[in-house]
Amino acid sequence: MNWRRIAIAAPYLWLLVFFLAPFAIVLKISLADPVFGQPPYTQSVSLDSFAFLFTDKIYVITYLRSVLMAASATFLCLLLGFPMAYGIARSRPATRSLLLMLIILPFWTSFLLRVYAWMGLLNNYGTINTFLLWAGVIDQPIPFMYTDFAVFVGLVYSYLPFMILPLYASLERMDLDLVEAAQDLGASRSRAFWDVTWPLARPGVVAGCLLVFIPAIGEYVIPYLLGGPESLLIGRVLFDEFFVNLDWPLASAVAIILLLLLVIPIVLLQRYQARDQEGVA
Amino acid sequence: MKNFISIKGVGKHFGNFVAVDNVDLAIEKGELFSILGGSGCGKTTLLRMLAGFEVPTSGSIEIDGIDVTSQPPYERPVNMMFQSYAVFPHMSVEKNIEYGLRREKTAKKEIAKRVDEMLELVQLDDFRSRKPDQLSGGQRQRVALARALIKRPKVLLLDEPLAALDKKLRERTQFELMNIQDELGITFVVVTHDQEEAMTLSSRIAVMNNGKFEQIGTPKEIYEFPHNRFVAEFIGTINTFKGRVSAVNDEKTKVYSTEAGVTLTALGKQLVEEGQQIEVAVRPEKIFVSKDKPEDNGDVCLEGIVDDFGYLGNRSLYRIRLKSGKIVQVSSQNRRRSVTRFLTWEDRVWISWHPNSAVVLLD
Repeated sequence: MNWRRIAIAAPYLWLLVFFLAPFAIVLKISLADPVFGQPPYTQSVSLDSFAFLFTDKIYVITYLRSVLMAASATFLCLLLGFPMAYGIARSRPATRSLLLMLIILPFWTSFLLRVYAWMGLLNNYGTINTFLLWAGVIDQPIPFMYTDFAVFVGLVYSYLPFMILPLYASLERMDLDLVEAAQDLGASRSRAFWDVTWPLARPGVVAGCLLVFIPAIGEYVIPYLLGGPESLLIGRVLFDEFFVNLDWPLASAVAIILLLLLVIPIVLLQRYQARDQEGVA
Repeated sequence: MKNFISIKGVGKHFGNFVAVDNVDLAIEKGELFSILGGSGCGKTTLLRMLAGFEVPTSGSIEIDGIDVTSQPPYERPVNMMFQSYAVFPHMSVEKNIEYGLRREKTAKKEIAKRVDEMLELVQLDDFRSRKPDQLSGGQRQRVALARALIKRPKVLLLDEPLAALDKKLRERTQFELMNIQDELGITFVVVTHDQEEAMTLSSRIAVMNNGKFEQIGTPKEIYEFPHNRFVAEFIGTINTFKGRVSAVNDEKTKVYSTEAGVTLTALGKQLVEEGQQIEVAVRPEKIFVSKDKPEDNGDVCLEGIVDDFGYLGNRSLYRIRLKSGKIVQVSSQNRRRSVTRFLTWEDRVWISWHPNSAVVLLD
């Protein structure tokens, strides 16, 4: 076995050990029945857990809520991230590295701490409410905390850099002459944006959306810390089934359905993007 | 005849930097006009003001009698071929070419007809559905040209049209551009830093330096009668002799030059005064080299020694050192085939030129 083969085999081996094998285990557990004991599932094979997921409305609703929450957070990230990435890509090189630095800077602090910081900002006696009360805009604190709104803010804040960076990468590569050429040929500024800038930024848009949507849909920490008891999201359900109800087969089934929910759109997107990229270097 | 493009007192400042300094220029309809200059001379800024990408700080620009000074690029009857070609990478050749017409909401039939015309003009018929990255550099340029021409602009702007092509392709493209210009009768304004490109392409050239025009004229005027040292040296090579005007009248100017060691004569009326310090300039190809002293026929004649020479196939270059130490460059056609060298190092030679060949440079 030479080094070339080892180098090629390494990523496959990695995927096998850390993705495919755990997946097989989770799949196996999802097909079992829960029992009290060690391990807390039987060796039998049945589809009961999956069936249960579709009989109890709460799971279907939670899936939909999660998809909706992740999708709207992704959309807002795109809305906020695009102008920011565009601005960075068009700024002078010296300013550019500073701005990129500022985007990456939050990662130097632990994710958990940053979410905790939002609790300090959003709670009834937090910075935002205190300021609004002081300014006389409100006379009662607005209950931001433990709402879907707080979860939404947390998601957008946490995942915005993952949107900005791929967008920046694709916008920065773009030749500015192309936009001017479109204008020269009769396109207004907005027309030139939709005809040239947007299609050329699309690989970045797709990458950014995937990087935000995928972790956001299964997010556990943000809804747990900022969300209310009734704002149930799928990550929370997964955790509760595993560690509170100790129903491992059901939890595994939740995880598998979530995975399917993610894999199908990703495969479709990638196929679309591959076709889109044909002929574009 | 009224000027087709008229640039009046146009200036462009970027902060404290003056890119274009209050220039006036008139271009006639159907001309192939070149703006020639080194990098940073303001030529690209001027072109961008014509295209509408920059708004002049002062002055006005008229195209075909209409003031376009503050018109945005998408409303001007002007199209541009970018130096980078700026061919849309996500569109096929056909889609690129029809882009301008689609923005105008031209009827589908008309678009198809004109795209076919353009594809034929630039000989890309077989490539219509290809994407730009499946084309060579020369083909991409032709896409850019067709895309800019399809709207039948009143003026086509070309930014360094040949800079990115290799030598053989350059020559071919040069003639293609001239043919297309001739065929369509569209006014071309070319920006270039390459004097050879400007000389062969243009009907007239404006030589630009530090945001101003040094001289505007036909290629011949610019080459044979440069107004000043900058123009003389920017276009081709030239020998200059510093000197003092010793006599001047309407027919000729006599200049005593210590560098040449003799009194030089330049024909024609010059705007100089006796005693003024000026330079007399002669192009290398207008100087003859001989081993024997030529007969006295009124030509300027100087003695020197061969300092160095180079054989270029069709011609040879000589560097002749005069008594004063001044080096004179001479270019001589190799009219006869010969194996032995005509001249070699340290040969004593005579160089001579007709007074008609000399020009007087003011600065």
